Amino acid sequence: MSTPVPELTRQQIESFGEELDAIRRRVVADLGERDSGYIRKVIRAQRGLEVAGRGLMFAGFLPPAWLAGVTALSLSKILDNMEIGHNVMHGQYDWMNDPDLSGKGFEWDTACPADQWRHSHNYMHHTHTNIVGKDRDIGYGILRMSEDQPWHPYYLGNPLYAALLATFFQYGVAFHDLELERVSTGKASLGEKRDMIRAIWDKVRRQTLKDYILFPVLTGPSAPFTLAGNATANLTRNLWAFTIIFCGHFPDGTQEFTEEETAEETRGQWYHRQLLGSANLTGGKLFHVLSGNLSFQIEHHLFPDIPAHRYAEISVEVREACERYGIPYNTGPLHRQFGSVVRKIVRLALPGRRDKPAHDGPRAAPEPAPERRNLTPARV
Amino acid sequence: MRRFGRRILGSPLLEALAAPHGVDRYLELIRPSWSLHEARAEVIEVRRQTADSVTLTLRPNENWKGFRTGQFVRLTVEIGGVRHTRCYSPACSEHAPDRIEITVKAHPEGRVSGFLNRAASPGMVVGLSAADGDFVLPAERPTRLLLISGGSGITPVMSMLRTLCDEGHAGAVTFVHYAQTRDRVPYRRELSEVARRHPNVRIVLAYTREPGATLTGHLSREHLRAVAPEASRAPAYVCGPPGLIESARRIWAEDGIEQLLHIESFLPPSLALPSDRAEGSVSFARARELVPNSGRSLLEQAEQAGLSPQFGCRMGICHTCTCRKTAGSVRNLVSGEVSGAEEEDIQICVSVPVGDVELDL
Repeated sequence: MSTPVPELTRQQIESFGEELDAIRRRVVADLGERDSGYIRKVIRAQRGLEVAGRGLMFAGFLPPAWLAGVTALSLSKILDNMEIGHNVMHGQYDWMNDPDLSGKGFEWDTACPADQWRHSHNYMHHTHTNIVGKDRDIGYGILRMSEDQPWHPYYLGNPLYAALLATFFQYGVAFHDLELERVSTGKASLGEKRDMIRAIWDKVRRQTLKDYILFPVLTGPSAPFTLAGNATANLTRNLWAFTIIFCGHFPDGTQEFTEEETAEETRGQWYHRQLLGSANLTGGKLFHVLSGNLSFQIEHHLFPDIPAHRYAEISVEVREACERYGIPYNTGPLHRQFGSVVRKIVRLALPGRRDKPAHDGPRAAPEPAPERRNLTPARV
Repeated sequence: MRRFGRRILGSPLLEALAAPHGVDRYLELIRPSWSLHEARAEVIEVRRQTADSVTLTLRPNENWKGFRTGQFVRLTVEIGGVRHTRCYSPACSEHAPDRIEITVKAHPEGRVSGFLNRAASPGMVVGLSAADGDFVLPAERPTRLLLISGGSGITPVMSMLRTLCDEGHAGAVTFVHYAQTRDRVPYRRELSEVARRHPNVRIVLAYTREPGATLTGHLSREHLRAVAPEASRAPAYVCGPPGLIESARRIWAEDGIEQLLHIESFLPPSLALPSDRAEGSVSFARARELVPNSGRSLLEQAEQAGLSPQFGCRMGICHTCTCRKTAGSVRNLVSGEVSGAEEEDIQICVSVPVGDVELDL
């Protein structure tokens, strides 16, 4: 199940962090036409798929056209949300100084308003990754995804909630920054969330208008097919995004942290936490692109604002460094990683059954501890 | 037909269908200069008048609304994946139909000017801004006029000269241009052509590094006395490097006729070197960064603190970097003025803090 994490001295963690900083500096200095060309190529492909998908729906009464249309539109939405939207909104392409690719200004093809995402994801999740009580991506305020979340009879529905969240994932993401669980427990009031609710409503309305009214009506007699096709494309994107994202921090071997142990974190410790809390997926090039390169979740969490198509080459160095320091590097194929996530969702529906300690001991041995170096190769 | 197409593409229906990216994000993939809202231009001709400059003819799209002679536009080009914006004054007449001509001198360390000199070719698409700047001729053209330029500062005054010629202006115009050598005078042939055709226009060349022109050396009272005795009564438009601007300022001030002098400087004002008297600290409120004041411009200090504020010309012209100062005083490097401590918009590229400053950045 979980990999025992070697204890590193404070010094080791810091020198590990310095190595990562060096990788970062090198990549940032090298950013240029290769990266701008890449993202523009992906955008061109996405816009082409979008136009093709919408166009094919006009012949949506023919099953092959419908199927091709749904495929094109699903791919368009997946690329838009993951390799383009998510990454651009991290500011990965801010250095290009192109207002259309600016992290502050980008809007994506999903129900969640980009501004709220930037807060809930870029700031909350990426800063407080896997800190139980602070990182709201642990269960999205709906699920029990960590033994450290106290059990409650509500969580008996864990698998059901997960299935619903996967199906309606774009709305789950849209409501994420509202922190409704804090409203339901009386820690926040709906009144103070009025502006956010309005922004969500505006975005949801525009998305609904486009996908479920305008395009179906435009296709005339094909309207029911278009409606069904657009819904299918949204569903496909929802399920795909849920699957990839839940493989980022919940597979076996990823760790959670407490607020206390991360209170006075150094940069090296922050890197260390990102590494221990994230998991990668193995796969081919197309798989990585369609996952928005979140299949390199580890590298993404170490360097969230470096263009994601660079993660593959960065991962070679990160992994090599992890092996030298004996830090587990969690990676595996989609079926294995997602399988372990599903098992966790089911297991945590029930109380107890704690089969590992909340966290595997202290992350850094106290300063005077004897120098220990774990040379076991990282788990593959 | 074209208008009809624009009307359809610009309709709320198309905008709703293209949401969230907008119609322009699709149009530009078909052709980079196509846009419903953004001004862009395609390079249609590249010529080299002198060894160290390039003259580009641009065809702007329909979103560009023209300029008043003497104004500048911000031109955006992409170099190595990064967009850079610089200000250039069109050299063409403001009556030139659907064309912009700019002449770009290659500066040794100029990234954009070097790139344009090296790599500009027909078909290249650049971003444009609306024209800006108040270095313009009054709508009622003066009956006597003095135009003075130095080096690449020739472009806005060349535009004024061409505009006046197009308008059949009958008033007396004296045009004095300073260049290092004869080889470095762009538009030389056209200037002598203008002088031949328009008896009311007098063209005077001055070389600072070789003899052979009417005048030799830098702008001086003697030069003016020799070629432009009307200077004491005629409005003067001067554009050029800081040395030329300084001389003009001094001469006009000594004669007490500053109100006749209009100037445009094209080289960055000498930015303050790190001053040993820099005091206080700079707070970037939104980024939650607090750094000790290094005495450099706020733009540079922001960049040093790891922020990437928007900027354009970095010389106080274009206002791209304009940002809200929420507290503290700043000194404007161009004017030397020290601001009050109230909340106001400032150009951070030419503002240095005087004590503690807080920016909404």
